[in-house]
Amino acid sequence: MANFLRLAVWKFASCDGCQLTLLDCEDELLALAEAVDLAYFPEASSKMAQGPYDLSLVEGSITTAHDAQRIRDVRAQSKHVVTIGACATSGGIQALRNFADVGDFVAAVYARPDYIDTLETSTPISAHVTVDFELQGCPVDKRQLLEVIGAFLTNRKPVIPEYSVCFECKRRGNICVMVKGEPCLGPVTHAGCGAICPAYRRACYGCFGPMEAPNLPALSEEWRQMGAAKGQIRDVLRTFYGWSDPFRRESNAHDN
Amino acid sequence: MTTRTIKVDYLARVEGEGALDLHIENGEVTAANLRIFEPPRFFEAFLRGRSYTELPDIVARICGICPIAYQLGAIQAVEDAFEVTVDPQVSALRRLIYCGEWIQSHALHVVMLHAPDFLGYPDAIQMAEQHREAVRRGLALKQAGNALMCLLGGREIHPVSLRAGGFHRVPTKRELEVLCDEMKQARDLAKELVIWVSSFPFPAFERDYEFVALRHDQDYPITAGRIVSSEGIDIAIGDYEHEFEERQVPHSTALQSSVKRRGAYLVGPMARYAINHDRLPQSVQELADSAGIGPICRNPFQSIVIRALEILHACDEAVRLIAAYEEPSRPFAPVEPRAAVGFGCTEAPRGICWHRYEFAEDGTIRNARIVPPTSQNQSSVEADLKAVAALLVDKADNAIRTRCEMTIRNYDPCISCAAHFLKLTVHRP
Ligand code: SF4
Ligand code: SF4
Repeated sequence: MANFLRLAVWKFASCDGCQLTLLDCEDELLALAEAVDLAYFPEASSKMAQGPYDLSLVEGSITTAHDAQRIRDVRAQSKHVVTIGACATSGGIQALRNFADVGDFVAAVYARPDYIDTLETSTPISAHVTVDFELQGCPVDKRQLLEVIGAFLTNRKPVIPEYSVCFECKRRGNICVMVKGEPCLGPVTHAGCGAICPAYRRACYGCFGPMEAPNLPALSEEWRQMGAAKGQIRDVLRTFYGWSDPFRRESNAHDN
Repeated sequence: MTTRTIKVDYLARVEGEGALDLHIENGEVTAANLRIFEPPRFFEAFLRGRSYTELPDIVARICGICPIAYQLGAIQAVEDAFEVTVDPQVSALRRLIYCGEWIQSHALHVVMLHAPDFLGYPDAIQMAEQHREAVRRGLALKQAGNALMCLLGGREIHPVSLRAGGFHRVPTKRELEVLCDEMKQARDLAKELVIWVSSFPFPAFERDYEFVALRHDQDYPITAGRIVSSEGIDIAIGDYEHEFEERQVPHSTALQSSVKRRGAYLVGPMARYAINHDRLPQSVQELADSAGIGPICRNPFQSIVIRALEILHACDEAVRLIAAYEEPSRPFAPVEPRAAVGFGCTEAPRGICWHRYEFAEDGTIRNARIVPPTSQNQSSVEADLKAVAALLVDKADNAIRTRCEMTIRNYDPCISCAAHFLKLTVHRP
């Protein structure tokens, strides 16, 4: 397979959902495997071939000293590094520890905290190494993932829109849930899911993270007028993308 | 004295990060440690102070492969605590989406992750060169399971539609009927799958497990039942902590469970099957018979056949549930929070997934405890490994290593799940 582009998939702290998205491409998986050399993808194969790799897809955030070293090794062996998902791109749900004392967390969960080796923070891959592209979503969207892989394999820029979920809502013909008085994060959330939540009659909870240049203070003001309490605004922002700059800043503004 | 240490530094084709250390001294296996080094993510800790309304979205992120097990267990606990009664059609839809989770998760494991072991390939992609149809069939089954997850949940990974009391939106009868043909086709594929996997060469090996699974009045258990064991346990889910305990071991970030005073036990397809064989329809029992599986199976390598049988049953169930579906008058029942404790337990593809939450008056979470299946099986995996390796001590390291990896994959361990849960019982040496 010497002429094939070599693809690697790496896992750090995560739920495996973003890697699974690749395996969920049931119609495309065999074709993809014929087009590239899936050199390293331990979730799917025992092959685990050595680098260098042309493209490394990285899932999960950095939460241990060992992983902080491992991501540098991944970078050194990879021509391109693309992060997939909220964990790899913003620290993920496990970054909730960044707002607390991790010692308390360890003590709450484990009887022998001394066996547990963890950093005080959960940080995105870009806090440790240079990243060539970040694909958002918890989990990432299948079509967007295939687009990104295709783009890197053919040396072009991925076509991933930077606008908000609201645009997708309009396109899908959803009735806006804000009109019904439900505080929604759609206006500041990055497109990609196709506006699933409003289509299922509920508000967006921001699982694709911040769009490009979101106006969070304006949205919180809107939320306040709809009766949302400070703590509610803080909590919804501190979920899957809580450690991203825009969500963190606005959530801090609503912390007591 | 000769000492051999066999290591697998990074287990492939399992969900999450784990490793294996095997110690052999003078021809005897002295230790088999499944090391789970998946970094802890502390779900139980950061759930404290969050609202019950956020629970389904947050716990889904424990695992991308079986999010429904976490969502539904948590939702049941909320409904238990706040005394919410759900519409029977809503319960039927929950069983239906859970069938989807079983089908996609089992198909992924059986065809993409486990079958290559028996046929001698590093992965399903290589296997597809000689067994293209089998891989296609696996992918088609997985897709059928995902189609159910997608329609009912909005998407297959971390569905958005489940909530306490019911669903944010329920499907129309028409929408569901569209899936009926796909599920009927899937049922035929599942039959072929059972026959295919039952032809694999299984190592001769049996162990005497204590099987633990839910047991329900009529159904093969998925979303409800009592916790029952082959050694006589028969309790309501709220009494789990009376019979079972967890312990932390130095080599793992996951806690290990055991039956109090007895030790290791087994959850998952083999346990469900052993305890609920009589709840399977006659047709599935007959197919099991012709596939060489009796009413109880103690060979863990044959768990792949039982998973295939469960895919078949889930497809049958999906067809039945879709035919019987009537749109409920409202998608969800109202929920009034109060200060209370609630329990939830369902059959995840890998076995019972147990939840306990303590809520404050306004519905915020005071304490959470989640016991996922993989942590419950961890002691059992280690006991299997010791026994499997003992039969092979004269063989080369590589042969032992390969067989041990296969032994671990019998469990379809979801290590990402196993590494995040709260320990309440404290053992200090
Ligand atoms: S971003 Fe979300 S889906 Fe992806 S690995 Fe992290 S928790 Fe899972
Ligand atoms: S939370 Fe928002 S971004 Fe995530 S699936 Fe729902 S609508 Fe899409």
